[in-house]
Amino acid sequence: MDRLNKKEYEKYAEKKIPKPTYFKNIFWAFIVGGLICTIGQLIRNWLFSRGLNEKQVAAGTSIMLVFMGSFLTGIGVYDRLGKVAGAGSTVPITGFANSIVSPAMEHKREGYVFGVAAKMFTIAGPVLVYGVGSSILVGIIYLLFGGGR
Amino acid sequence: MDYLKAFVIGGIICVIGQILMDTTKLTPAHILVIFVTSGVILTAVGIYEPLIKYAEAGASVPLPGFGYALCKGATEGVKKNGLIGAFTGGLEATAGGVAGAIIFGYIMSVVSNPKTKD
Repeated sequence: MDRLNKKEYEKYAEKKIPKPTYFKNIFWAFIVGGLICTIGQLIRNWLFSRGLNEKQVAAGTSIMLVFMGSFLTGIGVYDRLGKVAGAGSTVPITGFANSIVSPAMEHKREGYVFGVAAKMFTIAGPVLVYGVGSSILVGIIYLLFGGGR
Repeated sequence: MDYLKAFVIGGIICVIGQILMDTTKLTPAHILVIFVTSGVILTAVGIYEPLIKYAEAGASVPLPGFGYALCKGATEGVKKNGLIGAFTGGLEATAGGVAGAIIFGYIMSVVSNPKTKD
């Protein structure tokens, strides 16, 4: 068999990679992502109706959604949902919870420190590093441009 | 009406993630990092806040909303406590979600086992 050069191989491989079903993926990402946000809105409105203020409602909503995400991942439902919903289940904050529980469960055999606790942050760690890091930078820039006291 | 807005805007943000996933080689982890960071940047330049006002949970539940809370917290921290506030504000505003994710995540990981792949 002739040796393929790199470019030819890439072309060949490109053809063999199954094309994702774009339309179907987008449809389900929209439906599932939208529904999770609607549930978030439901929790928000409910907490407001109980007389909580904006800050408490924001925190309460994330706590409840994060609980749902972890719970559904633990009982094996969330990952099954993820196969259909794709980004619809990873992008909401419930997906952040899923990204914590999923690898932690998987690596439990490695122990409770290097297995569970360390693997919880495989994805959540980078998210926190870049999220918190960039927010501190924005805060400092804001201060330099006279946004402080 | 607020449910419909949350559904549509939340759905659209997830669709952007899905398009990135299907057309680039980015993994879900990369997309989460990009989304949180863009949430911070879009809030800093004043684009994300109107979206939060309009769609509420539709904009706050997806990960850019986490970036929004971080950024808003940091700038409000600066207003209240100067430079120290830039460090404390972001995590203060998101403490509930982060602490919840840690404790629920830990408990669920300990009590449950991965389901066999089918």
